[in-house]
Amino acid sequence: MELLEYTALELGGLIQKGEVTPTQAARAALDRVAAEQDRNNAFIICLDEEQVLAQANHVEKRLAAGERLSPLAGVPMALKDNICTKGVPTTCASRILGDFTPPYDATAAERLKAAGGVLLGKLNMDEFAMGSTSETSYYGPTRNPWDLDRVPGGSSGGSAAAVAAGECWYAVGSDTGGSIRQPASYCGVTGLKPTYGAVSRYGLVAYASSLDQMGPLARSAADCAAVLELMAGKDRRDGTSLDAGWDGLTAGLNGDLRGLRVGLPADCFGDGLDGEVRSAVLSAAEVLKDRGAVVETFSFPMMKYVVPAYYIIAAAEASSNLSRFDGVKYGWRAEGYEGLTDLYEATRTQGFGAEVKRRILLGTFVLSAGYYDAYYKKALQVKALIKGAYDRAFEYYDLLLTPVAPTTAPRLGDSLGDPLRMYLSDIYTVPLNLAGLPGLSMPCGFDRKGLPIGAQLIGPALGEAKVLGAAHAFQLDTDYHRQSPTGKEASVQ
Amino acid sequence: MKITEEMVDYISALARLKLPQAEKTRMTGELEQLLAYMDVLNGLNTEGVEPMSHVFPLKNVMRPDEVEPSGDRAELLANSPVTDEAAFLVPRTVE
Repeated sequence: MELLEYTALELGGLIQKGEVTPTQAARAALDRVAAEQDRNNAFIICLDEEQVLAQANHVEKRLAAGERLSPLAGVPMALKDNICTKGVPTTCASRILGDFTPPYDATAAERLKAAGGVLLGKLNMDEFAMGSTSETSYYGPTRNPWDLDRVPGGSSGGSAAAVAAGECWYAVGSDTGGSIRQPASYCGVTGLKPTYGAVSRYGLVAYASSLDQMGPLARSAADCAAVLELMAGKDRRDGTSLDAGWDGLTAGLNGDLRGLRVGLPADCFGDGLDGEVRSAVLSAAEVLKDRGAVVETFSFPMMKYVVPAYYIIAAAEASSNLSRFDGVKYGWRAEGYEGLTDLYEATRTQGFGAEVKRRILLGTFVLSAGYYDAYYKKALQVKALIKGAYDRAFEYYDLLLTPVAPTTAPRLGDSLGDPLRMYLSDIYTVPLNLAGLPGLSMPCGFDRKGLPIGAQLIGPALGEAKVLGAAHAFQLDTDYHRQSPTGKEASVQ
Repeated sequence: MKITEEMVDYISALARLKLPQAEKTRMTGELEQLLAYMDVLNGLNTEGVEPMSHVFPLKNVMRPDEVEPSGDRAELLANSPVTDEAAFLVPRTVE
């Protein structure tokens, strides 16, 4: 078996046993990135060989000195480019950040580094994480490794594509309305958005602070558990980070689903859902049943309100968060301005892309005098009702199972022309962010075109162990998560 | 609701954006379409529902104040587009 085919935990195990060195793993990843980057553009910044090998060598020395580090020590990984990395540029895929190089590490980046993570580079995304296709990047779109004419999803499209193409063993993305789960689904990898507050947001460039959460994308649920254990936990630099225990998540994965109550919201399987996606997700429910889960359909009539409530709240917070980009303290500044206001306006108008400006304007509108109550306050009330509906569902069910996205990956260029249609495609993922719940996307089949399909498991707040446990059990009985686009090409030839 | 170019001018000014005419025309139509869709929320009775800004019942988080070094000035200024190595430089704002 090639190194690149192992899961992160398998590779980490071989490193612990001394059968593979971190340097060998880093070299394998560097070769793969060099071969794939021109095809899929998953990275915005690739660290050079010297920078990567120096990290690998450092981990090697620490392991040789008997340091315990972590089960993922020496495993190469990459971070979405909205996660601050000390000394490594962080662009948010925007022109306006220019060559901004953070003087500090995000907490998640710092914890992974301390655990022996080897950083390969920074991953492509929709500009400021606003988009569902990774096409709004100032650095060009990422392409889906399963079909280079299709999008990888977004906004963590580079993260999903890099894992799918075997360029890294795991990646960290961010999810404000589905930005980890939807690209994981389109690219056939496993992605987890943890409970709001599980991972410190310190050093994550803010999009919508009440919804943003970082999480792993990897080849298996077990890998996601292992990465989450390293990143999660209270951080004094993020007041919303939660003081809950995530240790033992990986060790707790035992495949036992007997008596687990799984609810299928009927409203997530109706109009607008592609037939092949529907049957693949329903087949996933059968696999859970075979392992002893009790699966039931129930009514969840909030679904038609989730997208408008989400876009109002997300745009409102974005309009406020993005006011800091002004061409003064960091990043790029336009030329040819007259006076301070003109400097701001010229920099922001030329520095932000169309989708970012659309959301800033929408957010400014819903917060403006005269419209605040009708839109923003209304959306916050709807959010409370959505949260309440989930609370009631979790009185009956341990987990919910839904599709991740209504279709498989669309073609490049098919989505951006109609923003409303693109926003509507986020229907299955955005309600979890509104309610702060953990959700996982796992590969559950392929359509006739050979494109991956994802199923979403949703847990109650802090229900990561249940979500990961069910996904792990599913992956014990299926091998969708072990398929790779490179394998597909090989079998075609 | 009808969105006019004057309304887009107004919110653009609030957001410190100045859209070229073609972009403004397109954005006006798109905002109108999006806001028309948002009106679906009016179908849900929210009377008496407390607006929820934070999803978990978090209280103010207190900790002892600890003195520690802040960022290095040269390092922070290095990211600014225009500095004189001691401060951020902007056009004159006070005559």
